[in-house]
Amino acid sequence: MTGTVKIAIRELYKIFGLDPENALKHVLDGVGKVDLLEQHGHVLGLQDINIDMHEGEITVIMGLSGSGKSTLIRHLNRLIEPTSGQVKVDGNNVLTYDEHQLRKLRRESMSMVFQKFALLPHRTVAENAGTTLQVRGFSQNEYLAEAKKWLGVVGLSGFENHYPHQLSGGMQQRVGIARALTSNSPIMLMDEAFSALDPLIRTDMQDLLLQLQDDLHKTIVFITHDLDEALKLADRLVILKDGYIVQQDEPQHILLNPCDPYIEDFVSDINRARVLKVRSVMSALVGDTPPADAHGEVDYNDTLEDVITRSGGDTSHSYIVTRDGAQVGVLEMTNLVRALVPRVASEASARKL
Amino acid sequence: MATYDFIFDGLGLRSWCDADKTEKGPLSMADLLAKGDSGKESSLLDIPFPSLDALNESCGRVVQSRAMTKGVEEGFLAIKDVLRFVLDPITQPLSWLLEYTLLIFETVPWWIMFPILMIVVYLATKSIRMVGFVTICLAFLAFIDHYSHSMQTLAIIFVCACLCVLFGVPIGIAMSRSDRMQRMTIPILDMLQTLPPFVYLIPLIFLFSVTEPKLYGIAIILYAIVPVIRLTDLGIRLVDKDVIEAADSFGMTERQKLIGVQIPLALPNIMAGINQTIMMSLAMVVIASLVSAPGLGVLVLRGIRNLELGVGLISGLGIVLLAIILDRVTKAALDRVNAAQKR
Repeated sequence: MTGTVKIAIRELYKIFGLDPENALKHVLDGVGKVDLLEQHGHVLGLQDINIDMHEGEITVIMGLSGSGKSTLIRHLNRLIEPTSGQVKVDGNNVLTYDEHQLRKLRRESMSMVFQKFALLPHRTVAENAGTTLQVRGFSQNEYLAEAKKWLGVVGLSGFENHYPHQLSGGMQQRVGIARALTSNSPIMLMDEAFSALDPLIRTDMQDLLLQLQDDLHKTIVFITHDLDEALKLADRLVILKDGYIVQQDEPQHILLNPCDPYIEDFVSDINRARVLKVRSVMSALVGDTPPADAHGEVDYNDTLEDVITRSGGDTSHSYIVTRDGAQVGVLEMTNLVRALVPRVASEASARKL
Repeated sequence: MATYDFIFDGLGLRSWCDADKTEKGPLSMADLLAKGDSGKESSLLDIPFPSLDALNESCGRVVQSRAMTKGVEEGFLAIKDVLRFVLDPITQPLSWLLEYTLLIFETVPWWIMFPILMIVVYLATKSIRMVGFVTICLAFLAFIDHYSHSMQTLAIIFVCACLCVLFGVPIGIAMSRSDRMQRMTIPILDMLQTLPPFVYLIPLIFLFSVTEPKLYGIAIILYAIVPVIRLTDLGIRLVDKDVIEAADSFGMTERQKLIGVQIPLALPNIMAGINQTIMMSLAMVVIASLVSAPGLGVLVLRGIRNLELGVGLISGLGIVLLAIILDRVTKAALDRVNAAQKR
């Protein structure tokens, strides 16, 4: 959580239309998305985006369709040019790069995984996975060896000489991930990478990604429209709506302190016990003495679900919270149960009826 | 008294019209016929469209329609020498190419030609059945003594189809990369495709001598190049946008993208274009026999000219057999490409 800032986005605007420069002036004067479309015929894609993405973290950008999330991720490697603003990678503004620098960035610093896999149908799995190195001019032996290594990591050993159409969707996306990993770039951009997969496969792939991340510590930017997925993967969660950021924070914090009715609505339906962690609900240890009637110790990063299982559902229990072996707090089961009820649950569900 | 006299009288142009009346344009057949019954009452039904000829009747200064055809002809004849001066050397290699290919196809004995063709068919289709089929068809043609004519036709198609691909694919690629280029090229392609094949031959006959192979070579290429251009353009434009985006995101150069992604993914369409091109050059090679193209077309022409029914029909059958061979072999090759690219 303490990594340096790898990617910094500053005051990024994107307006689609014939004369975006002019339309930008209207936006800066306070014209909203709806008015801009009606009065000026321009679509406001992104509005005043400011995000810091830290090294080694998974930053999840979540939003419904049309919220601008796919537009945003394409600004990072300039598949889409912004109307104004800055995108800094390692402190250098990517938007000032010339063609040569940009190509170097795309080849060596960022690799991308796509929703529809975007594999080359006429090349084998290993050749596909090696594309990112082949583009950089590596010899066939070199890139195939590297591709085979990463295909093994994502669990596709033995499929090197198959063609993409012979694989299932989940396996094809594993090839997509292996292709991104083969490039050895520090940043991975994942554009709704798991959205086209079945729910069960999707869970597998999420686990795979988290497991890879434990070993590799890449800076991952992950786009999704699925809140459960976002909460599972995110070290930091950015919620987009209509092209602006509604809230960005650690997922725990967003869940417990939603800043906007839109987000309250959003988070009211999810399984909070699985997402919330002990550290978000515990009370800090007062003095040095843990309560004598504690029923045991739980870890700082355990989910509430773990604790409920342990307590057998008894709400009278309390636990001592430890972090790296040291005692840091106390968890009362009553607090835990209270945290499971969203602040506005009744209101949100009433609206749905 | 002609129908449209009132226009010129009304505009006060009568004197201008009649200024040099003595020089009346040459009489047409219709004029001569009309002379006989000039006294006839004219009815409303007989009012002619105000065409050049009708206006000419009222006013001698208006040119007759035949002046237009004459103008086109004279215009063409005027630039003919310049065109010929430029085009002759440029197209000369085509003549040599056709001559030498014909020579090779004719002189290689059948017992060498057959195995070569069988190997080519096998490499293209990877199918023993197809090799057998082609061999039987060719053997039949040879058996009824149409072998040398078939080989001439095949040689011409081989040269022309190769040149069509050589020029057509790059043109198609250029079209796919620039909308402007596409807008400019499509009318030309439409014209080439709709002009009756005989019409190509007329100006070409004036430009080159009828005995030169390049005459029919150019006619065939102009006629047959259209599908390969169109389908290359279409194929590249149809390549999955997601894959192109992926290629961009990995930092591919335009060249890497073209060779590594766009052309391979457009290959099924390009192959379909090549198939069409080959079929169209086969159609044209028969017509081209009018301008001394050798091959089965010559026999068809003989059948028509001398009303030799049997000669015409048998050589027609030969052409059908060649068409089937070429079509099946290219389609089998196309299927192989498709199978490798299934999604």
